[in-house]
Amino acid sequence: MTENKVKRELTFKEAITEALMQEMERNEKVFLMGEDLQVFYGGGPFGVTPAEKFVKKFGPERVIDTPISEAGFIGAAAAAAATGLHPVVELMFVDFFGVCMDQIYNQAAKMRYMFGGQAKVPMVIRTVIGGGFGFAAHHSQCLYSIFAHVPGLKIVIPSIPYDAKGLLASAIRDEDPVMVFEHKGLYSSAKGPVPEEPYIIPFGKADIKREGKHVTVVATSLMVHKAINAAQRLEKEGISLEIVDPRTIVPLDKKTILESVKKTSKLVIVDEDYERCGFASEIAAMVAEEGLFYLDSPIKRVATPNVPIPYSPALEKVVIPDEDRIIKTVKQIVK
Amino acid sequence: MVLAKEKMIDMHKKMLTIRTFEYKVKDLFAQGKIVGAVHLSIGQEAVPVGVCAALKKGDYVLSNHRGHGHCIALGVDIKRMMAELFGRETGVCKGRGGSMHLADFSVGMLGASAIVGGGLPLAVGAALSSKMQKTKQVTVVFFGDGASNQGTFHESLNLAAIWRLPVLFACENNQYAESTPVTKVMLAKNIADRAAAYGIPGKVVDGMNVMAVHEAAEEATGRAREGQGPTLLEFKTYRYLGHEEGDPWTTYRSEAEVEEWKKKDAINKFRMILIEKGVCTEGEVAEIENEVKKLVDDAIKFADESPWPKPEEALKDVFVSSYY
Repeated sequence: MTENKVKRELTFKEAITEALMQEMERNEKVFLMGEDLQVFYGGGPFGVTPAEKFVKKFGPERVIDTPISEAGFIGAAAAAAATGLHPVVELMFVDFFGVCMDQIYNQAAKMRYMFGGQAKVPMVIRTVIGGGFGFAAHHSQCLYSIFAHVPGLKIVIPSIPYDAKGLLASAIRDEDPVMVFEHKGLYSSAKGPVPEEPYIIPFGKADIKREGKHVTVVATSLMVHKAINAAQRLEKEGISLEIVDPRTIVPLDKKTILESVKKTSKLVIVDEDYERCGFASEIAAMVAEEGLFYLDSPIKRVATPNVPIPYSPALEKVVIPDEDRIIKTVKQIVK
Repeated sequence: MVLAKEKMIDMHKKMLTIRTFEYKVKDLFAQGKIVGAVHLSIGQEAVPVGVCAALKKGDYVLSNHRGHGHCIALGVDIKRMMAELFGRETGVCKGRGGSMHLADFSVGMLGASAIVGGGLPLAVGAALSSKMQKTKQVTVVFFGDGASNQGTFHESLNLAAIWRLPVLFACENNQYAESTPVTKVMLAKNIADRAAAYGIPGKVVDGMNVMAVHEAAEEATGRAREGQGPTLLEFKTYRYLGHEEGDPWTTYRSEAEVEEWKKKDAINKFRMILIEKGVCTEGEVAEIENEVKKLVDDAIKFADESPWPKPEEALKDVFVSSYY
C-alpha cells in the first residue's frame, strides 16, 4: 500500500513507536536497550517507546534500562548482535556519541570486515538529532555525516512518518549495523498517512517529495519540510523546485539525484549538519564527478556553518538553515 | 586440584605452542614475512592456557592486540592463524585482520580488538546474549593492566554486575602498559581490588602458575554458569619481550627485573611438575617439544605456500549486502 491511499494519520513519533512495536512482535530476538526506557517519560526523553506499551507487553528483559554507560551498552549491543540477537539501542542524543564512538565505528562497524566476513552484526542505533529548540551546543547537532564517513554503518534519515515507519522496519530487519537519525523537531509536528500493517522501505531509494522543473533541492530530515515551504513561496514567483529526499545516505541513491539534476540543470543541497566535509559536500562532489555537464550553474550548499550551535534563539536562527536562506540561495543561481 | 593426565599434557603442549609460535613470529617479523605490528605474550602463557582449560564448547572469548596466546589456548587452528599473520587468503580472517585482529567464531573466539579496553563492552554483550537465550555459555575477556584504566573497564564491570552476567574478566597484569609501569598510574595495590566497587568478587592470582590460574578460572566460570554473575581475576604475570617487536624494552625496565621474572617461568615450572608427578617422563616431554616444533613449522609452511587474497577481496564484507 502506498502512502497516498492511506487515510489514517500518525505523527512521526507514533510511526516510529508502531514500527518498533510491530518488529518486536514479529521477531523475538529484537530487544530495546537504552537509558530511561522503563520509566521517566515512558521510554526516553521523547517517549518514543512508552513503558505502558513496551515494558508491559515485552517485559523488562526486552526493554532494558541501562546506566549512563553508552560505551558499555552500545558495545554490548554489537556483541549481542554478533551472537544471535537483534538489539535496537537508543543513543539519547547524537551529541553523546563522543563517549561511545569507539564501540560504534571501531567495533560494531568493523567487526564483519576485519574478521573476514565471519560476523553478522544486525543492530540498530536510534538517535535524536537537530536544532531549533534552544538546546545549545551539546543537544542540537545532526552529525550524521561523521557516521557516513566511516565504513560499515548504514545511515537512515527519515523526514516524514510514512518513511520513518518503513525505514525503521527495514533497519530492524537488516543484517548490518544501521543508524537511524530522528529529528526532535519532527516527532510531534510532522504528521502524515501511515498504513497500519507492517511494511518496509528498502534502503538506497530516494523519494521525490515534490516534483519541479527549475532547481533540484536535495534535502534530508527536517530540511525536507523547510525546502517544501521554500518551494511553496518560490512557486508564486514562478520558480519551481524539485525536492529529492535521499532517505538513506548510506547507501545513497545517486541515480534519482542525477536524473533530477539532468532535468533541472541546477542543484542546491540543504543540510542541517555542519557544512565542512559533510553530507552536502558529498552530494556536491558526487554530482560534480558524475553529472557536471548536466549543470548550468554552480552547485550551492545551504548548511549549518562550522560553529557550535548557540543557545540564544536570536543566534540559533542564524546558523540553522531556514526557508529564507534556501530562497536566497536558489535565487543566486536562477536568473 | 587434581586434573586428568591428558588435560595436564594438553595444557603443557598449549603453553609450549604459544611460546614456540611466538618466537617464530618474532623471527618472521624481523625477516619481513609478517608486517605491521606484533605484540608477543612470551612469559604470559599460563594465563590463557589456565583460563581456557576451564571453558566448555560454545563459550566465548574476547581477545586483544596481544592475542596469539588466547587463540592457541582456545584451540584456533595455528595454520590459519599463521596464514593470517602472513596476510594470506587462508588466514582466519582472510588476511583482513592480521596479528591484532584474530577471530575464529567457529570455536567461540569472537575477535581481538586493538583498541585498549575495546573488548570489554563486547564481552558484556556476548554474555547478555547467552543469558537472554538461556544457553549457559560463559564469556571470558582478556585485557591488560592498561585497559583497567579505561572507562570501558568500569562501565563493563558495572553492567555485568547489575545484570549478573556470566563473564570472567581476565586481567593479565604484565606490569607495563606499553612502557608505563602499573605502579605509576594506579595507587590501588591490586586491579582486582576494583571489583569491590562493583559489588563483585575480585581475586589476585599467580599468573606464572598454570594450575593456580586454572583453579581460579574454574571457580569463576562455575559461578558464572550458575547465574551468580561476573568475577574479576587479576593474573600477575610478565612479558619477557617488549610491548611490540622492535620496542626498546630495556629503556623502561632493567634486564635484572626481566631475569627475576624468568626464574618463575610457568612453562619450566610445569614441565618439572609433570615429571615429578609422574605425568610424563623426560623422554615424553622432549617428544611433546618436538611435536610442537613440527606443528609450528607446518603452520609456517602452510602460511608461506598459501595464496595472497585477490584484489577484489579488499572491497568485500563491509556489509552483508553487496555495496560498501
